[in-house]
Amino acid sequence: MLKRTKRRYVSLKIDSDARFNSQDLIDALWSSVTKLFGEYGASRTGLTLIDHDQSRNVAIIRVSLAALENVQATLASITKIGDTPAGIHVTTVSGTIRSLRKKAE
Amino acid sequence: MKRIFSDLHLRPNLREPEQASCMARRAVDLGYRLIAFKLPVNITRNELIQLRSACREAGIDLASRVDLKPGTPAELLSSIRNLRRKFEIIAVICESKNVARQAAKDRRVDLLNFPGFDFRRRFFDRAEAELASKGTAALEIDTSPILTLEGQARIRLLTCLRRDAATAQALHVPIVISSGAPSILLMRKPLENAALASLFDLKRENAFDATSKNPTHIVKTNREKLGPDFVAPGIRAIRRGKDC
Repeated sequence: MLKRTKRRYVSLKIDSDARFNSQDLIDALWSSVTKLFGEYGASRTGLTLIDHDQSRNVAIIRVSLAALENVQATLASITKIGDTPAGIHVTTVSGTIRSLRKKAE
Repeated sequence: MKRIFSDLHLRPNLREPEQASCMARRAVDLGYRLIAFKLPVNITRNELIQLRSACREAGIDLASRVDLKPGTPAELLSSIRNLRRKFEIIAVICESKNVARQAAKDRRVDLLNFPGFDFRRRFFDRAEAELASKGTAALEIDTSPILTLEGQARIRLLTCLRRDAATAQALHVPIVISSGAPSILLMRKPLENAALASLFDLKRENAFDATSKNPTHIVKTNREKLGPDFVAPGIRAIRRGKDC
């Protein structure tokens, strides 16, 4: 039987005064993960942008549990989004999106 | 027991006092409780007191740190002699093999730091680690070059760091992970620094020790040594005056 892929939801805080659209954010995430772990490593992360609140500079992504540490390293290594200097900090990690939102409140 | 996370290498521009207090506040937000700024050798007592009070207002403990960049072992010895009683942390940026060897065996040196951008000047080999393991020096790894370098340069840096970390662990030399950040955008949470440490194969538990236990131990020991009650390692004055 095919094993179920375990996932984690990660809430992010973008550290910058500028505002970014979702496309810029996801481009920065994919570019960083590909630079650090290559296309093979990136394919194992299962990285998906779930939610992005542009006004508050916060976002939620979904990743595979097996690649969580790699994704955390990737997020830490981001120093700009588009051409604007920015940092990304992980605020909460959770198994379900409901509990993530509850923790983030 | 709850860990006390520390970042012993922040490099604010001290000519702008606002930047230093801004970094201190950011460090608190990121979950640190102890930080050290890279201070100039000729810093006055008043300037240090001002910095400490700015950090205390932000709610964080500041340790004084000086980075020595000597050209020769003799220069290193002379600098340590003059500065050891003045600063809580002495870090040596090892730019030559002779200096690296002298720094590793000198018990007054706390941190051995190697240039992040020059891979030919990383002298942390087995011999260096053996000397450091007999002394008190720890290997300091800055994470900011990992963030700023790209492509081949970052690949080479990670290769060097992986080798250095493995050598240090094999010979029980403590590792200290610091940010080395010149601005707040390069400061990362302890958990993020631990995740970055996984890039050079440091296990999570060891990475957390490198951002909490090891740096805190260095500062605690040195504060004891610099205190008025210190006599020798393990011996301290507990009472003075006529009732002794």
